[in-house]
Amino acid sequence: MTQVNLAGRRPLSLNNRVLLFVTLAITLSYLLIGHLIQVTIEQHFEEQDADELRVITHSVKEALLRAQTDPLPLEQILDNAVSGHHGVIYQVWDGQHQRLYGPDGFALEQKHERHSPDQVDAEDLELWVQEGKTYRIAVVGVEIGSQSYTIVAAIDINFHLHFLEDIERTLWMIMLLAGSLTLLAAWYGIHQGHAPLRKLSESLADIQADHLDMRLNEQTVPAELSSLVRSFNQMLCRLEESFLKLSNFSADIAHELRTPLTNLITQTQVALGKSRSLEEYHELLYSNLEEQERLTKMVNDMLWLAQSDNGLLKPDWHSLDLLDEVTATFEFFEALAEEKNLHLILDATETRVQGDRAMLRRALSNLLSNAIRYSPEGEQIRVAIFEQQPWVYLTIENHGSAIPNEALQHLFDRFYRVDPSRKRETEGAGLGLAIVKSIVEMHEGSIETSSEKGLIQFTIRLPAAKQG
Amino acid sequence: MRLLIVEDETKTGDYLQQGLSEAGFIVTLARNGTDGQHLASTEKFDLIILDVMLPHINGWQILQTLRATGQATPVLFLTARDSVEDRVKGLELGADDYLVKPFAFSELLARVRTLLRRSGSQILADQIKVADLVVDIPRHRAIRSGRKINLTHKEFTLLELLARRKGEVLPRSLIASQVWDMNFDSDSNVIDVAIRRLRAKIDNQFEPKLIHTVRGMGYKLDVENQYDAG
Repeated sequence: MTQVNLAGRRPLSLNNRVLLFVTLAITLSYLLIGHLIQVTIEQHFEEQDADELRVITHSVKEALLRAQTDPLPLEQILDNAVSGHHGVIYQVWDGQHQRLYGPDGFALEQKHERHSPDQVDAEDLELWVQEGKTYRIAVVGVEIGSQSYTIVAAIDINFHLHFLEDIERTLWMIMLLAGSLTLLAAWYGIHQGHAPLRKLSESLADIQADHLDMRLNEQTVPAELSSLVRSFNQMLCRLEESFLKLSNFSADIAHELRTPLTNLITQTQVALGKSRSLEEYHELLYSNLEEQERLTKMVNDMLWLAQSDNGLLKPDWHSLDLLDEVTATFEFFEALAEEKNLHLILDATETRVQGDRAMLRRALSNLLSNAIRYSPEGEQIRVAIFEQQPWVYLTIENHGSAIPNEALQHLFDRFYRVDPSRKRETEGAGLGLAIVKSIVEMHEGSIETSSEKGLIQFTIRLPAAKQG
Repeated sequence: MRLLIVEDETKTGDYLQQGLSEAGFIVTLARNGTDGQHLASTEKFDLIILDVMLPHINGWQILQTLRATGQATPVLFLTARDSVEDRVKGLELGADDYLVKPFAFSELLARVRTLLRRSGSQILADQIKVADLVVDIPRHRAIRSGRKINLTHKEFTLLELLARRKGEVLPRSLIASQVWDMNFDSDSNVIDVAIRRLRAKIDNQFEPKLIHTVRGMGYKLDVENQYDAG
């Protein structure tokens, strides 16, 4: 058995292959969605914090302005500057980096770039961790009169962080659950999707050698499978054809063998029926021998064809001149042709092909003997060879009664006879042309036949020998 | 001439022995590989006919042993399997010729004679005389009763073959192969026609007739025909 390899090793099952891709796609898209949600919420919080810090720094700036004219101590004014905000701390520094107001520990003023209070944007904010708490910080510089101040405002964002953590956990849980559910659904879908394939395989398993006429209905399978079903039906067609040919061949063999065997048995039994003269016994033995020789030749020809079918015959390749081969075959048939007053005409020049000499001579000889057999007396048999790269054509043409088109198609079939009533004695077993076809095909050529205006022509096409 | 036949099939063995004995050979028959090998290595034969499929020791092994001990006795093997490998194997092991079953006895006889002649290193005669027929090979001429006979090139080659193997029955396949280099069984009666035409030139106006038809076997050139029954 020959195996055709479609891939280097066994590929993943179709189920697993689709599942793998679905899993990858789902994981990727959920990861992307999760990430987007997280980033959006975080940005939202940042914007919110930035807004709040902008308001606070503004209020502090207002308070500093008020302190220019207000007699109250600066500390008291700044204490009241911001109200209604939770978890907010703020400091005010002067131009000499002295802290004027605010709690200890936020020594940020020197390190950070200062912004104008209107420019406090989300991306300018800094994170600061102190005593286990996380703050978001804005550093703002203001000029009041000749004095320059730095305002540092911090906002406690632990509350936000907790919220984000919660959201994250919930989000992953939902995604895991939804992902698993989707995968389960996908698996079920794929399994269901393959149902027509399983059904198809069941139908195929039902096809036996004696039911090769069965065909699968293309209309009852999904569109994707219809080309597969079509190819399969075509394969069945070819199988049925060869199978039919083979069983016909076996039947023909049996028939062809039965006739000579019947002759042998009958004449031997009749001869043994009573005592006969020595001459009569001789006659019987000779007659038997002729019949047996015909049988032997038939068996040998069938064996040859069987070996050829199975690729057991290896041509002995040589560069040959077809002209020489036809000339030699003409010499062989010269006497026979003269007996029938037939003219053998060769119209050719040196034409080289690669081939097995004995086989090609056998093919030529079968065709020529055929032509001589069916040609009326006194006519011409014409052989022509011509080259038309990359092919070499050889035609054998003889006069004869026209062969119907129906018969032309079967001319190369084993045991086929145009006229079934013709005697075996004059025609051989009907394997000659089948052998010719086998030989030509072994030489990677083809053979055709036509019958027109009382001329019967066989055309052999062979690959021309490579130049140089 | 002593022949050894190694053949396990009873009927084939019997008929080969009878046929070859009647053709004038001294024939020993071995019915299995063991006997065959023993006989081949202890006695002297001019030719061994070896069946390939044998019980105990097969034909290849006998042939191998024979050649390994340096014996150059010609070997013709019979095989039922017409596969190229078989043929190549037999010839590689040192066999001299082969025949595929079913074969015609006349074919076997002709091959046996060819092999025996080859090993006998006979000098080829320039002129062959049969009765009043002279075949002059270097000059490509045939003379009967002192009269030159006009022959075509192929007719002369055919006559030469028959004359060289005077008295032997030559099967049609052998004639086709030797004269026209057609190495297959042709189903046409080409050889019969060619012989008829040669006979017309050589025999028609002369006595005794020299070319004889041996029915069912082939043709031979001889002064008298022992096979002619009628």
